[in-house]
Amino acid sequence: MDKILELKQIVKIYGEKTKNPYKALHEIDLDFKKHSFNAIIGQSGSGKSTLLNIIGTLDKPTQGEVLFNGEDISRYNKNELAEFRNRKIGFIFQFHYLLPEFTALENVLMPFNISKEPLTEEIKNRASELLETVGLENYKNTITTNLSGGQQQRVAIARSLINQPDLVLADEPTGNLDSDSTENVYQLLRKINKELKTTFIIITHDRKIAEKTDRIIELKDGKIYADIEK
Amino acid sequence: MKLAFNIAKRFLLSAKKQTIVIILGIAVGVSVQVFIGALINGLQDNLIDTAIGSQSQITLSHEGDESFIDDYQSILTSLEGNNQLTHITPSITSSGRLSFETNNENIVFKGVDFDKAEGIYNFNEKLSMDNSQIPTGLNEVALGVGLKDLLEVEIGDTINYIDNTRPGNPPISLTIVGFIDFKVLNLNNSWVVSTLQTTQQFLSINNNQVQSIEMQLKDPFEAEEVSSNLLDEIDNSSITSITWIERNQDLLNGLQGQSISSLMIQIFVIISVVLGISSVLAITVLQKSKQLGILKAMGIKDKDASKIFLFEGLLLGIFGAIIGIALGIGLLYAFDIFADTGIPITFDIGFLALSATIAITASTIAALSPALKSSKLSVIEVIRNG
Repeated sequence: MDKILELKQIVKIYGEKTKNPYKALHEIDLDFKKHSFNAIIGQSGSGKSTLLNIIGTLDKPTQGEVLFNGEDISRYNKNELAEFRNRKIGFIFQFHYLLPEFTALENVLMPFNISKEPLTEEIKNRASELLETVGLENYKNTITTNLSGGQQQRVAIARSLINQPDLVLADEPTGNLDSDSTENVYQLLRKINKELKTTFIIITHDRKIAEKTDRIIELKDGKIYADIEK
Repeated sequence: MKLAFNIAKRFLLSAKKQTIVIILGIAVGVSVQVFIGALINGLQDNLIDTAIGSQSQITLSHEGDESFIDDYQSILTSLEGNNQLTHITPSITSSGRLSFETNNENIVFKGVDFDKAEGIYNFNEKLSMDNSQIPTGLNEVALGVGLKDLLEVEIGDTINYIDNTRPGNPPISLTIVGFIDFKVLNLNNSWVVSTLQTTQQFLSINNNQVQSIEMQLKDPFEAEEVSSNLLDEIDNSSITSITWIERNQDLLNGLQGQSISSLMIQIFVIISVVLGISSVLAITVLQKSKQLGILKAMGIKDKDASKIFLFEGLLLGIFGAIIGIALGIGLLYAFDIFADTGIPITFDIGFLALSATIAITASTIAALSPALKSSKLSVIEVIRNG
């Protein structure tokens, strides 16, 4: 199977120029297959969020290469990175990070509007369908601050998919949801993975969620401690 | 463009109260500037008007004593095309002795074209009594109001005049048609005004000759420059010019000092308005750093992110300026009605436009530095600190 993402000798050092630099990632070598559904687990401080941020180009590695579909994205400039994030990557964060000034539908459409492509009926329908998929068809025009935590998280999921990204990165997507919502969100991500062939990398504390994925990567002290593929 | 504008608009609309407070903040600044500015301009105009508004600011005359400008009409015509001049009038000034019964007074005799001279001297306004009139016919005169008591004369009396430059001539009889209150004791006690024709006749000169051409200017402070341009234009070496500045250097210094201090006051008002706008905008930008992080994670480019705040500044500036100008005009109106100061308040569209431009530019520039800061903001910082 093709690889969507390859990490080569990734090192991340915080406070490089200070007296006590902290090495968060130690020469990580890792690759991910297309259409796969992966979990990264590990205690806090293990470097999993750092790794996810580097994959998502929100952070730069101190050393090493990140290849996306064979292309070295660590060489991109700021604008190229922004465009890359916009078109290829969907983000789901633990704290949703919706824009509180906008409605659910507008939030879902925001990544598309950022791409500055003309807004067509097709896109509007896609956004509506995504909200339907996450079960929020009745909340399209609700300002997101009036939605519950679980609903907001589902809006964030719909938003991450609007530009049909190749890769969705989720940092504790169920981190502050109750167990029912957690199960729903998991089912939803899995369904999208199957239907749209989107690759998922999910950071989670939740062993139960991790066990349902295709592959579990465990980080410990900035190193890969275990890599179990089913 | 549209993306940034829409986001900016939504940011402003979603925090309506805050937006209104900011707009009012800018508006108050603008209104203070409009109000103070108009007041200072009014005071300045008033002062200039009082000091040099009722006198000739540039006077052209023929070189040498007792000589006259020939064919003044053609010079007048060429001057009338000059848009730096507001009023132009020919005049003849002489001096002599008035006598009525046993009373005699030394006086200054001024022959003018009343239609044209009205702009400078406002004779009509200054007529002292109901039945006073402006002289129109030959040998009709109007006297400074002080001469009324000095000579013990009334309207309709006939008085005798002997000109100092024509001492041998027989006295001419003049009819008093009015008294003029010049508001200056010296003038009231010595000025006699009449038509050009009357003056030309007793001086035995042609009716196309005058002694001088008096002018007022749009900007009296440019008198020197305008004067030398006029002389070049007329190109007649026997014609000389004197400006109010040459006659009265001290007055110029005083008025210029006043002008500079007005300007300084306005500059400080503008600076404080600009600083107020900047500080308010800086805070609103800080508040939106989380949203900015989200947008950046979704791939908004730095340029577009910066534009959001520039548009916020622009929109706040535009609405602030509009409301501020309305407030400022309201204040001026109220001031004009309730505080009866007699300061002439003029609504100068140019000045209002300038105030609006300053406010809008200031708001946009004020948004510039937070906008630049926003583009340097790292997504990671925002996401980590939630």
